[in-house]
Amino acid sequence: MKKFWALFFFFWPTVAIISCLIAPSRGWWFPSAPMSRTGIQIDGLFYLILIIVSITFVGTQYALGYALWMGATKDSASRAHFSHGSHKLEIIWTIVPSFILVFISLSQLDVLAEIRVISKFPEQATKIAEVTARQFEWRIRYPKPGEKLTTEENPGDLYYVNELHVPTGKPVIINLRTQDVQHAFFSPQLRVKQDAVPGLVIPVWFDVLEVGNYDLVCAELCGWGHYKMKARIVAQSQSSVDKYLKELEAEQNEDGTKSEAAKSDE
Amino acid sequence: MATVSPALDAHGHADDHSHVHHEQSFISKYVFSLDHKIIGIQFLMTTLIMLMVGGALALAVRWQLAFPWENMPVVGQLFGLFRSEGGQISPEFYTMLFTMHASVMIFLVIIPILAGAFGNFLIPLQIGTDDMAFPALNMLSYWFMWPAILCFGCSFFVAGGTAGPGNGWTSYPLLSDLPTAAPGSGSSQTFWLIGLTLVGVSSMMGSVNYLTTIINMRAPGMTLFRMPLTIWSMFITAILQAFALPVLTAAGFMLVFDRLGTIFPTDIHSVFFIPANIIVNNSAPTVGGGQPLLWQHLFWFYSHPAVYIMLLPAMGMVSDMLSCMSRKPVFGYKPMVYSMAAIAGLGFIVWGHHMFTSGMNPALGMTFMTSTMMIALPSAIKVFNWIGTIWGGDLRFNAVMLNCSGFVAMFIVGGLSGIFMAAVPVDIYFHDTYFIVAHFHYVLFGSTLFGVFAAIQFWFPKMFGREMNDTVQKWHFALSFIAFNFTFFPMHMLGIAGMPRRYADPYLHGYLEHLLPMNRFITLSAIVMGFAQFLLLGNFFYSIFRGKKVGRNPWNANGLEWTAPSPPGHGNFDIAPVVYRGPYEYSSPEAEAIGQDYILQTVPHVKGVAKFAHH
Repeated sequence: MKKFWALFFFFWPTVAIISCLIAPSRGWWFPSAPMSRTGIQIDGLFYLILIIVSITFVGTQYALGYALWMGATKDSASRAHFSHGSHKLEIIWTIVPSFILVFISLSQLDVLAEIRVISKFPEQATKIAEVTARQFEWRIRYPKPGEKLTTEENPGDLYYVNELHVPTGKPVIINLRTQDVQHAFFSPQLRVKQDAVPGLVIPVWFDVLEVGNYDLVCAELCGWGHYKMKARIVAQSQSSVDKYLKELEAEQNEDGTKSEAAKSDE
Repeated sequence: MATVSPALDAHGHADDHSHVHHEQSFISKYVFSLDHKIIGIQFLMTTLIMLMVGGALALAVRWQLAFPWENMPVVGQLFGLFRSEGGQISPEFYTMLFTMHASVMIFLVIIPILAGAFGNFLIPLQIGTDDMAFPALNMLSYWFMWPAILCFGCSFFVAGGTAGPGNGWTSYPLLSDLPTAAPGSGSSQTFWLIGLTLVGVSSMMGSVNYLTTIINMRAPGMTLFRMPLTIWSMFITAILQAFALPVLTAAGFMLVFDRLGTIFPTDIHSVFFIPANIIVNNSAPTVGGGQPLLWQHLFWFYSHPAVYIMLLPAMGMVSDMLSCMSRKPVFGYKPMVYSMAAIAGLGFIVWGHHMFTSGMNPALGMTFMTSTMMIALPSAIKVFNWIGTIWGGDLRFNAVMLNCSGFVAMFIVGGLSGIFMAAVPVDIYFHDTYFIVAHFHYVLFGSTLFGVFAAIQFWFPKMFGREMNDTVQKWHFALSFIAFNFTFFPMHMLGIAGMPRRYADPYLHGYLEHLLPMNRFITLSAIVMGFAQFLLLGNFFYSIFRGKKVGRNPWNANGLEWTAPSPPGHGNFDIAPVVYRGPYEYSSPEAEAIGQDYILQTVPHVKGVAKFAHH
């Protein structure tokens, strides 16, 4: 029975490792490849940590299992090894992990600065829209085509709900805010997440690499309908975005009367 | 109690009491007791019952995630709670479920079971004194739990039973601040806040008591570095409580003042966390100049150290038990003490890692990332030392040993998954997903509760003079351990797949639809895990009355508590203990000289055997 319990502690980390290895093929992994430049960097850092952590996991779990196995197979006459520890070992397992941890920490700094520090935002990034979260939807405000986005609303601004159109292949900035409680702007495929804090306007930049529809969900508890703040980010070419905004403008300015040009067509 | 030689004073004090037998009524002996052991056992029983309450709330959460919007079997029709929805969990009820699951588990189970139950029971016994420094304060610390439980209970029902507090245990404003923000943000949120404050009062009275007792009342010869690691961990935990808790209490009161209108019919209230021009549910725009982020800073300034309050005592107790069950001294006693102190110290400067996506200044983010990474270091040192303690030992494969090994194995997982969240860019993706749910359950359940399972069995003989059935405990361990891992390990994958926390129905989103089978599997495992706890409870209550009777020292352990009768009378020791050595001298040459593999701390030095000093 002793050996059974020692093997038990070998068995479970083995199952854990196997389940991690088969996870990507079963769809228990990232919802898609990273669809933004910072997303690629985030995934790279994730895999770096994953490798370090996996090695540590296997090493420590099997060391624990082996220590138990030694105890299980020990002949009953012999006593425990009397020792209060080892100064040398303590120094080794203090210094080695501290170097690894400092290394992990330093490896994150550049990407963190790139994502969050406003002075390091890409120079060519343009402010395309203001995203206002509210219980339980996302309100999008685009500036009038040809105008710049400002913090205050302007006549001619274009409004839409739960759909954000973004040009691909270039960095864009959205102004994130909330009308009521705290929310968080989370797009799993783009690996973008930023809380929308009441009273603050927070600029968020990202670039979408490929044309497509991406999920936009809320990641900060915002009330009973937290789960249903479902929206999408539509990434398309700049010309398609321009066309979309033109249509949106026409739709918004539609007053039921027909223009002169349309009348003469009839 | 403050004297130049506190130990001697404590000694004299102990003598006074142990020879006087008071005749006590049932009420003063078992209900409003001043005896630290009875108070500890009161805490233990209360928290075990609360554990089942919190577990039931968790299973309801799991039901919704596995079978969204389907009627709950049995329970759904049982309570009036669900009947209005025809046995279905409504979204606002769901937010209440996870809020109260966390609140009950954290404030009514984990914190009081460690500090309240084991801290109370063990501190005087392990340092060799007759009771706590302030027995009446100690009694109050237990009886302040009940108004807290009452307030938490009321918060379920004040809003008509469908909308308890639903703002998460973190209660971020403005959701928790403006009564119109959610169905549960009205008076139920106020009750929740008052309950939280009362738990804080209880903890504070406990921690003042523990600090005073440990500093002033140690038996003669019980130097600081002869204290068991359990005592060190309780000492460090008490310091954390004493310094961090006032901040939470202050923040709680600030929130209550913001919400004054929910208590009195008044329009006057403060605006600590309320900015201007917020329109919630079409109500009038708010007037104010407050800052919701302030709450997050204040809340996590307490609640991150609180994570270590929920862990350190278990670390200390596991060190004691592993050493005893391996018949070997703790590997690296002093590094263990220093690393606990380091965890506590660093614990005060890492709170910002809960706020990496909050819009906090990125320069602060970098600082908090580095300090958070560094807190992994003392944790790693502790793991290596635990493995070192087992290594080469003469192991006793009982359920205490298995639960302690389970503690170490699970703590490794919880510690390693924390590294992902400490790294800000990676955390941007994982923040508020199921990855973090997996992480903190590995720490709080996988580590702390498995440590507690071991501790209950280990000190049970001292509490009741009887032992628990080891075979039942082994079954309990095996079932809990397997079901625990089947429940929480897949949650890492859910997190990687981008499933956010606190969603009543994640499958509304296309990219999460395929995770339903995995969530069903998790729920089934959670049900097994929940029901496995009846083995523990059954064994516990059965053994109180029918367990095999045992003597003073059934485990052949070294600590002072094992020199007292089982169970010890009021005043603890029949012979006031004098301490000659540290608590971990298993298999030492001295022990060998007297023909044992252990040597009690109270045994005078054996002549002719080289003394092994600590280094």
